[in-house]
Amino acid sequence: MKSEKTGAIDRDRARPMLYRPFFWIIALAVAAFAVVPLIGNNVQLRESLLLAAVYITLASNLNIMLGYAGYINFGSIVFFGLGGYITVYLVSAHAWPLAAAELAAGVAVSVLALVFGLGILRLRGAFFALATIGINQGVQAFVSNFEPWGGSAGLYLSTQIFEPLGGAMRALWVIYFLLVAVMGLSLYLSYAIKTSKFGLGLIAIGQNEDAAVVLGVPAPLYKALAYSLSAFLPALAGGLYFFKSAFIQPSDAFDLSLSTEAMVIVMLGGRGTVTGAAVGAYLYEELRGWLLTSETFSNFQLVVSGVLLLIIVLFVPGGLMGWIYGRWPRMKQVLE
Amino acid sequence: MTALLEIDGLSKSFGGLRAVNQLSFSVREREILGLIGPNGAGKSTVFNLINGVFAPDQGRVKFAGADLTGKPPYRVARHGLARTHQIVQPLADFTVLENCTVGACFGRENLPLARARAVAREVAVFVGLEDRLATPAAQLTIAGKKRLELARALAARPLLLLLDEVLAGLNPTEIERMLTVIRSIRERGVAILIIEHLMQAIMGLSDRIVVLNSGQKLAEGTPAEIANNAAVIEAYLGDPALAEKLHGGAAA
Amino acid sequence: MLGIIASIVDGVLIGSVYGLAAMGLTLIWGVMNVVNLTHGAAIVAGMFALYLLTSALDLSPYAVLPLILLGGFLVGVGLYWIAVHRMIGQPPLMFLLSTFSVNLVVIGLATAVWGTGLFNVPVSLPGVTWQRYTFPGTHLVAAALTAIIAALLYLFLYHTRLGKAVRAVADNREAAELSGIPTTRVLSLAFGLGVALAAAAGMLIATMFPFTVLAGDAYQLKSFVVTALGGLGNPAGALVGGVALGLVEGFAAQFMPVSWTLVIEFVLFVLVLIIFPRGVFAFTRS
Repeated sequence: MKSEKTGAIDRDRARPMLYRPFFWIIALAVAAFAVVPLIGNNVQLRESLLLAAVYITLASNLNIMLGYAGYINFGSIVFFGLGGYITVYLVSAHAWPLAAAELAAGVAVSVLALVFGLGILRLRGAFFALATIGINQGVQAFVSNFEPWGGSAGLYLSTQIFEPLGGAMRALWVIYFLLVAVMGLSLYLSYAIKTSKFGLGLIAIGQNEDAAVVLGVPAPLYKALAYSLSAFLPALAGGLYFFKSAFIQPSDAFDLSLSTEAMVIVMLGGRGTVTGAAVGAYLYEELRGWLLTSETFSNFQLVVSGVLLLIIVLFVPGGLMGWIYGRWPRMKQVLE
Repeated sequence: MTALLEIDGLSKSFGGLRAVNQLSFSVREREILGLIGPNGAGKSTVFNLINGVFAPDQGRVKFAGADLTGKPPYRVARHGLARTHQIVQPLADFTVLENCTVGACFGRENLPLARARAVAREVAVFVGLEDRLATPAAQLTIAGKKRLELARALAARPLLLLLDEVLAGLNPTEIERMLTVIRSIRERGVAILIIEHLMQAIMGLSDRIVVLNSGQKLAEGTPAEIANNAAVIEAYLGDPALAEKLHGGAAA
Repeated sequence: MLGIIASIVDGVLIGSVYGLAAMGLTLIWGVMNVVNLTHGAAIVAGMFALYLLTSALDLSPYAVLPLILLGGFLVGVGLYWIAVHRMIGQPPLMFLLSTFSVNLVVIGLATAVWGTGLFNVPVSLPGVTWQRYTFPGTHLVAAALTAIIAALLYLFLYHTRLGKAVRAVADNREAAELSGIPTTRVLSLAFGLGVALAAAAGMLIATMFPFTVLAGDAYQLKSFVVTALGGLGNPAGALVGGVALGLVEGFAAQFMPVSWTLVIEFVLFVLVLIIFPRGVFAFTRS
């Protein structure tokens, strides 16, 4: 009966990753992202999927803090922007190959996140949330005044950077596949954490930090690790995104409204779920696309985000996946 | 029997209020020590000082040979000290099994996930929640939540269990069941420090009793000794029914 | 040297208005134990209310203050019943997100209507001159009005029955409920007061400086810094904290470009909270 239901979830969790259906669902989605635009060399689809991949990456990683640990990171875009800056700078000023620059950016941003995180993670609730904005604004202010990085005018990359990748046309595809890979890794990271002991501790913190601490969850360490982990892949995504644009400036790189959109996506899709990030991103992308083309609503993007968020928080706090799991509990055995 | 937990000169003030004042006592292995006292005597504060929620102003907390004074709760848990709360604190969205798994994962043995789940299942069965393993904790009855609180603490395989009013809000049948469970916990080799207002229960359950009043130790001894202690009876004089129960419980 | 003193005095004047804004935030926080992220929107509302009322009704700016206080109060109470009331028992995370989203909607609508340009309410007042420096009349009047409002708030909280009820609920909601105080009405009252104070502060700021729709976030942050400095739920502390912040700003303005002020405030905010992480400043009450 009921213990049988648990048994099924237990069996699933007890299996190694490769035996779990959800692992393959993610693989399928990633493969689809990679393959579908190749059909007919559909560049337009590729571009819109690229944006979706960026959103999914940001949302998946944000979910680690927001969905699991229950900490709102208003300024999560700082990882994206800083990763972009470090990558672009290393490639343009020091002629590093893209891969090396990316890796360096990812590691640097994660380490910085760990350092900042250890400081601000002792703050709870709103204080932490505001401190994350502070970090973003602070980094933005710093970069805007930092001449080697172009100051407030930003950095340009010459098109020569695409040569090692086989020329501009091919480079765009390479970058796209890399971004899809980063997206896939984000989904897998989110999944791996959720089904691990680390994730259990994080989610316990998210439900009742005081109780979790009494139970033995090493909250300060786990929170700092989560914050640092959630910085790595967005940094890589930022590096790829701005490398592709061949231009980066502070107002784009550290745009808080992107963090807000990521937050709306997480809540829309379902906080604390892995599928939520993907589903939410898709829904949000559709909505946004429609808004931008609609005359009346193009100015109201932020308003719509706000209304959407409010409705979700007041009426459907579990988001889309939460609603689905409520209606069809069996789905929990396959999806996450 | 050696002292498992030793509290030495513990003091804590909040603002101008002395909540705990120069308190010393010890809990031996496999012992059930009852902590009683009028409301506001500081009993829950003592628990909070022991398991690291507050750091004491003065005094030491020694447990199983280690000095735990002022260490954060998660380190205390790792040493083998688990605790339940007066107002239950379930991890509401987690199921019973998941709640217990958290306890098993992050307790004394620091188990990996798979083994922790096995321990969690066993503990849930032990307290009688085997039919509700997949139930979200928020949906349990108050008795169920109390049992979950207990199971979660047990899942950590502690050496000492701190029980804070675990019988409050239960009906007589549930109380009896809980007492049986507590006794079998002791049979398994776990020492217990228990705060309880139900006089009959705690006097009948405990090997020894420590009486607290206004943050200070008023008396210490076997239930029979305590029941006949003039100072204790005076402290409870405001409630003659309670004083009666002191006697009744000790005689049981 | 004189320049520094003048800067400091001016900072104190401006800072008192920050304190006024923070009083609204800390009142709601202390009574309801929740963080109100619509605070910035309330401040901006006060600014624009002044702009609209003075241009439409051709009134003297300061005459509008009582209107704004009243309007802010009514809007606050309304907002409470619409959005806040059902969120009271919810986890803090959800409450943060809900007030954040309301803020998003309000600022978004305002941006759509008024754009992101600068607005200005010209107020001509003679200043007070000292040595080479003139303290703008608007600053002096703003500080004076802040003092008056603060005094009225004090009288309300400590010398009226309703005010004492507010303090009782702030102290211990359950005990207040048991003593027969209509706690929900008190909560709505406190929320209304908080919004009114924020709007009033916004209005006074608008008399002193030009503003944009996006200014709300900056002043909301300042309110949080002040609250962190002055203490949770402590209106008097908020006033003192506001003055302190004004002092810091005035002093810092002498040595670095304005764009760094906000960064300094964030750093200050984080440092204050890290150095004083006691229960008083933690979001959840133990």
